[in-house]
Amino acid sequence: MHPDAQKIQQAFPEAAQNAVEWRGDLTIQVKRERLHAVCRYLHGDPGLDYDYIVHVSSVDWPDHPERFEVVYEFYSIRRKQRIRVKTRVPEDDCVVDSMTDIWKGADFMEREVFDMMGIRFRNHPNLVRVLLPDDFPEGYPLRKDFPVRGKGWRDTFTFIGEKTG
Amino acid sequence: MPQPLEDQRTTVYKVDPEHPANPSLPTLRTEEMMLNMGPQHPSTHGVLKVVLALEGERIVKATPVMGFLHRGVEKLAEDGTYHQFIPHTDRLDYVCAMYNNFAYCRAVEKLLDLKVPPRAEYLRTIVAEVQRIIGHLFWLGTQALDIGAMTVFFYTFRDREILLDFFDELCGARLTTSWYRIGGVERDFTPDLVEKLRRFCDYFPPKLEEYVTFLNTNRIWLSRTKGVAVISAEDACNFGLSGPTLRGSGVDYDLRKFEPYAAYGECEWSVPVGKNGDTYDRYWVRVEEMRQSRNMVKQLLEKIPDGPVMADVPSVTLPPKDKVFNDLASMIQQFKLFSDGFQAPKGEIYCGTEAAKGELGFYIVSDGGGKPYRLKIRAPSFIHMGAFDFMARGYMIADIVTIFGTYDIVMGECDR
Repeated sequence: MHPDAQKIQQAFPEAAQNAVEWRGDLTIQVKRERLHAVCRYLHGDPGLDYDYIVHVSSVDWPDHPERFEVVYEFYSIRRKQRIRVKTRVPEDDCVVDSMTDIWKGADFMEREVFDMMGIRFRNHPNLVRVLLPDDFPEGYPLRKDFPVRGKGWRDTFTFIGEKTG
Repeated sequence: MPQPLEDQRTTVYKVDPEHPANPSLPTLRTEEMMLNMGPQHPSTHGVLKVVLALEGERIVKATPVMGFLHRGVEKLAEDGTYHQFIPHTDRLDYVCAMYNNFAYCRAVEKLLDLKVPPRAEYLRTIVAEVQRIIGHLFWLGTQALDIGAMTVFFYTFRDREILLDFFDELCGARLTTSWYRIGGVERDFTPDLVEKLRRFCDYFPPKLEEYVTFLNTNRIWLSRTKGVAVISAEDACNFGLSGPTLRGSGVDYDLRKFEPYAAYGECEWSVPVGKNGDTYDRYWVRVEEMRQSRNMVKQLLEKIPDGPVMADVPSVTLPPKDKVFNDLASMIQQFKLFSDGFQAPKGEIYCGTEAAKGELGFYIVSDGGGKPYRLKIRAPSFIHMGAFDFMARGYMIADIVTIFGTYDIVMGECDR
């Protein structure tokens, strides 16, 4: 097992669920309640020193009991090491602790996840839509149940190959 | 009878109402002013709106309002095969389309664990570095134009045009190139093109010196870039800034050195790093990068190995174009790849590439099907905008365009 994953599993035996290394990418699955604590440890521990935030993302698995996956990716510039931290969120309570107090860059990245997937971040300073208009009524476009052609007023369009009238 | 208007030119006002001196003076009411800048301001490099809270001419708060160019590229990716997404990547950072293709193809190759032939790696690196020069020339011209130095713009665009003509010759398009393919590149260099690139390598350095002389000896340029939009190395890392914006603050984070890919390990070059983290240092880093890129192109052109320019994995890579029209098996292969796509293994990868603007990353989740299950684009421009408020506070309203410019922001990539 990767030494970093081992270290996290030792520090948080109850939170770190599993660690996978695939194609050179290290991924750690963490319980949602402890995600913030694990990330604070990743940032603060001098042996880990993940000081650079790469991206925040989310994946929708509609058939899974815990539907959404929130993905954080960090990099340690000093150690040249990359790590991906994932957590699962159920649909009826899709709230994760915000990382904005650890990495300031998480602000916009989390706003984008909220905008596109509808996952809310606790303690986020300004959780509003960032790319879509503030009053966008059609939900969260990157969810799998959102059609590619769009919803709402776009339903009135006629598409090539469809019956008109 | 209306009161006659007071002639403000002769009245002395007391600005601070708490100030005890001279109680007889009338007090001037001060308040924060909101100013909408954009989305159609010519210096916003696309359609970006910024809501500024101002105290006099000082910026108290700058809120970027984005999304005017949002096209839902990540959603579109889930609806097409891996090959079909390549032209979409051109439209992300439309100034540096080649590098976007490169970043995407590398990510898919990492997902498939596909090896690219050495000749293709060399060609990819050369074209990527030429694209970086184009991107930085574009940046230098527009940044100088924003600040008021118009001459540089004409000169840099002249040179950019020469390079764009090379792309035209290479793949038939100047801006939306789609030249990279999963497993290689679309077509080989012609000997004529290699010769032209060689000539450009000799032509370019004195020209670059000339442009730099325009700016380095220009007092207006210096006073408007030195000490503007300063960000410390620690803050820059914390915000996730990348590329020249991060290196200007003194962090030597460059994926070409940190995780060497393509042919970057095969040539001599160095990572320029700034010191003060201001606009001037970022300008210096970009100029230095252009010199380094030119050196890389010059070295790599001499060393291009022979061989194919496309990996030969029939289930994934496209057959050569001339075979498609003459060979039945190749035609079927081409047809199947574009109609059904290929089955990627189940898993997820993140692959970052050092593009001209910063770290352009693709996070791809595959469920084993022919389409990406989820494709997330880590666009450097978007992440740089996250630090905009932090970097703009306290500066003058005229510095706003300098601060946009210093990120080398392109809204196509920012809004996706």
